[in-house]
Amino acid sequence: MANTSFATGWKWRQASVIPGFGLSLGYTLSYLVLIILIPLAGLVWHTASLGLPELASLATDSRTLNALRISFGTAMAAAFVNAVFGVIVAWVLVRYDFPGRRFVDAAVDLPFALPTAVAGIALTTLYAPKGWIGAWLTPLGIKIAYTPLGIVIALIFIGLPFVVRTVQPVMEEIDRQVEEAAATLGANRFQTIFRVLLPGLFPAILTGFALAFARGVGEYGSVIFIAGNIPYVSEIAPLLIVIRLEEFNYPAAMAVATIMLVISFIMLFIINLIQAWSRKRYGYA
Amino acid sequence: MATLDHSNAAAAPRFRDAATEPPGAKFALILIAILFLAFFLALPLVSVFFEAFRKGPEAFWEAISEPDALAAIRLTLLVAVIAVPLNLVFGVAAAWAIAKFEFKGKAFLITLIDLPFSVSPVISGLVFVVLFGTHSVLGPILNSYGIEILFAVPGIVLATVFVTFPFVARELIPLMQEQGSGDEEAALSLGASGWQAFWYVTVPNIRWGLLYGVLLCNARAMGEFGAVSVVSGHIRGVTNTMPLHVEILYNEYNVSAAFAVATLLAGLALVTLGLKTVLELRFGAGNAGGRH
Amino acid sequence: MPVADTERSSPMEVTVSGISKQFDRYPALKDVSLKINSGELIALLGPSGSGKTTLLRLIAGLEQPNGGQILFGDEDASQKTVQERNVGFVFQHYALFKHMTVAENIAFGLKVRPAESRPPKAEIRKRVSDLLDMVHLPGLEKRYPNQLSGGQRQRVALARAVAIEPKVLLLDEPFGALDAKVRKELRRWLREFHDRTGHTTVFVTHDQEEALELADRVVVMSQGRIEQVGSADDVYDRPNSPFVFSFIGESSHLPVRIENGAVLFQGQPIGISEPGPDGEGMLFFRPQDVVEVNDGPRLTGKVTASRRLAGARIAELDISDEGAAHHVEIGVPLETRVEIGGELGFRPVHWKIFRNT
Repeated sequence: MANTSFATGWKWRQASVIPGFGLSLGYTLSYLVLIILIPLAGLVWHTASLGLPELASLATDSRTLNALRISFGTAMAAAFVNAVFGVIVAWVLVRYDFPGRRFVDAAVDLPFALPTAVAGIALTTLYAPKGWIGAWLTPLGIKIAYTPLGIVIALIFIGLPFVVRTVQPVMEEIDRQVEEAAATLGANRFQTIFRVLLPGLFPAILTGFALAFARGVGEYGSVIFIAGNIPYVSEIAPLLIVIRLEEFNYPAAMAVATIMLVISFIMLFIINLIQAWSRKRYGYA
Repeated sequence: MATLDHSNAAAAPRFRDAATEPPGAKFALILIAILFLAFFLALPLVSVFFEAFRKGPEAFWEAISEPDALAAIRLTLLVAVIAVPLNLVFGVAAAWAIAKFEFKGKAFLITLIDLPFSVSPVISGLVFVVLFGTHSVLGPILNSYGIEILFAVPGIVLATVFVTFPFVARELIPLMQEQGSGDEEAALSLGASGWQAFWYVTVPNIRWGLLYGVLLCNARAMGEFGAVSVVSGHIRGVTNTMPLHVEILYNEYNVSAAFAVATLLAGLALVTLGLKTVLELRFGAGNAGGRH
Repeated sequence: MPVADTERSSPMEVTVSGISKQFDRYPALKDVSLKINSGELIALLGPSGSGKTTLLRLIAGLEQPNGGQILFGDEDASQKTVQERNVGFVFQHYALFKHMTVAENIAFGLKVRPAESRPPKAEIRKRVSDLLDMVHLPGLEKRYPNQLSGGQRQRVALARAVAIEPKVLLLDEPFGALDAKVRKELRRWLREFHDRTGHTTVFVTHDQEEALELADRVVVMSQGRIEQVGSADDVYDRPNSPFVFSFIGESSHLPVRIENGAVLFQGQPIGISEPGPDGEGMLFFRPQDVVEVNDGPRLTGKVTASRRLAGARIAELDISDEGAAHHVEIGVPLETRVEIGGELGFRPVHWKIFRNT
């Protein structure tokens, strides 16, 4: 690691008395390149070597398009449900004191900690036609397990903490005086919440939504059990990758993966953009 | 001043706290939140334990003590024992470089570290299939030396390391940025060497955050399904981790056994949550925020 | 008369009678009564914990009193929620809505009115721009609070509070979060703003200079009670309690005894007299209200330090005797050379003795 800190003009790092810059950054970069970048680059390189026409025909295959549509559609629906209920849960946790609040707060992280396969079989068992919840819904003509609705249920489970944990800290920072200011200006509680508080939380809610959505699009373990995996109906894109791999159809698998990666990176970019925009304009993200 | 007349004071003063909702709305919101969480979080968890013991404790015990299950448990532990320390060392190095120094491209580096969070687990597995598969450049070469990566333990470890890559770094970077370099500078000015400053000053400062990151990293390492599923090849007793074993049992309609093994993973999740909560309450480690 | 509409409000008289407020067993206000005249600019002054902010919040309806009554004119305000009271409140940290532009912030109070009393859009826009002119921030409609300086935010907060044509204007430490220079400018500007608009205005401060310079009357508070209400001259020149004497301005105090009209310190007459019966008391005087006296009955002490304070020199004297330590500060002429360790004799010319009870 060349130390250029005494060079004049453009400096790529500022001088510091703390040692270990070369070692720590060198190790970080090597490990990053070895574990993350080379494998990802391998995928991109192999996909690129397919050539654009081949890639385009693989990507526009109707089963692929349907799988992508299902993945993005269900992830969007689940993220939307989570945005609504996640905000309510966060509000209740931040604002109200009730017996068991700490316990509920801790429980919100369950989807982070519970292996997805376990969540998948548990949700499937609950929502299957004879399951605890499914048995109540079947007479009403509502089928959840083995339909796209089942996928949405699994993705709600997976995505909930993303919204709650993104919104909660911002909610905690709300200055009580802002609410009092709204009240002294004549706003009733409803107006204060919908015109002052929620719009102020909007960047955080949007970020939480985007995180839950991004996670939902790529989710595999919790979904495949409950989805039923019927091609064109309830087959998600990650599963299609696995199926193509099992058929040794590597090009098709790589094509689906590449589309998903590109969309994920665009999502990531958008999330960063939202936060930068919000920080610049409102002074918080 | 007629209004000072006390007959008027009989009317109870109307007061409403400007920053809370009326009790009815409050109660309704708490109820909605609790019901939502009960349906989506508590019920699935309860059903895991219920289904596991549906056929009695003997069946449960049998399911988790048969050789294939034990092999899966061993493999899961082995993978975690390798993957977690690797990412721990990386996390500390990355946080040190990012938090203690100012250099160009830092924000980009942080984005790269976060990358695995935005990649589908299946794709995380796929990249290693592409890299080491029979059609790749590396795969056949390694094979000729008798080194198996894919459908073998090294592949599972690699996929797990990939997926759990950001966990420790993600906890430590904000923590160390907040703490700054003052303590280390003081130690250096008192004659400590760089390593002494690190061991005697930095490590005690970050130990709870470190533990927190390790905890989350471990939970994901042991529970990872998608990535591992792609590279494992599902060879019973050889390349099956616990989550994969759960899947196989479930697909064989051996539901009770699947849930029995699942209880072990659910137990891991509960222990993780419990320790995490204790760490947060006692030491204010992490904020549980973000993208796990 | 459209100008008068936004420029002058119809001010309101506020009567606080027998108000008390208890926070979790800790009393914040004890039986406080105060009459605020319409159109008056009044300061609530006191150290932290004196209850001044609590009193302000009670007037606004942001806190619920445990007893007593607040009247706006002849109307009992305790029958009204904070929304109905129509008070303009400027918060210490302004509490601007960060996601709204300056114009949206100022218009908020008008936009949340029920449809029948809400002014039409064009009128709201006009009112916002008039208010921005009035607080000397024309053209800043589209900015966000985050893009304003502290002083600008404070003026936007004021414009927002005034937009609803409040009956009273309440300001909580209005200059507390600003740096010294901006604070002085805004202080003068607020006075001028008040004189132009004529709102009944109450502001809270812990800065006596601010209160004395700005307010028509100053309410000095301590430990949940009002100590004294009066003009700047009243509270400075005629403090009615030991607390007010020591809180406002510089002062020293000594335990004294009154015998036959003469004031004694440690058994010795000090050359001043006080009518009334014999007894113990506390002598208060200000540093500049003394004369140097070299013989006869007087107070003497050893100089421990001297410092220059603007146009005066202040000597710190140790007049301890037989165990009890007493320190006083006196002003000495600039041309006097003060020697550390030297003796200095003096006698107060203006003073006040508060009798022990």
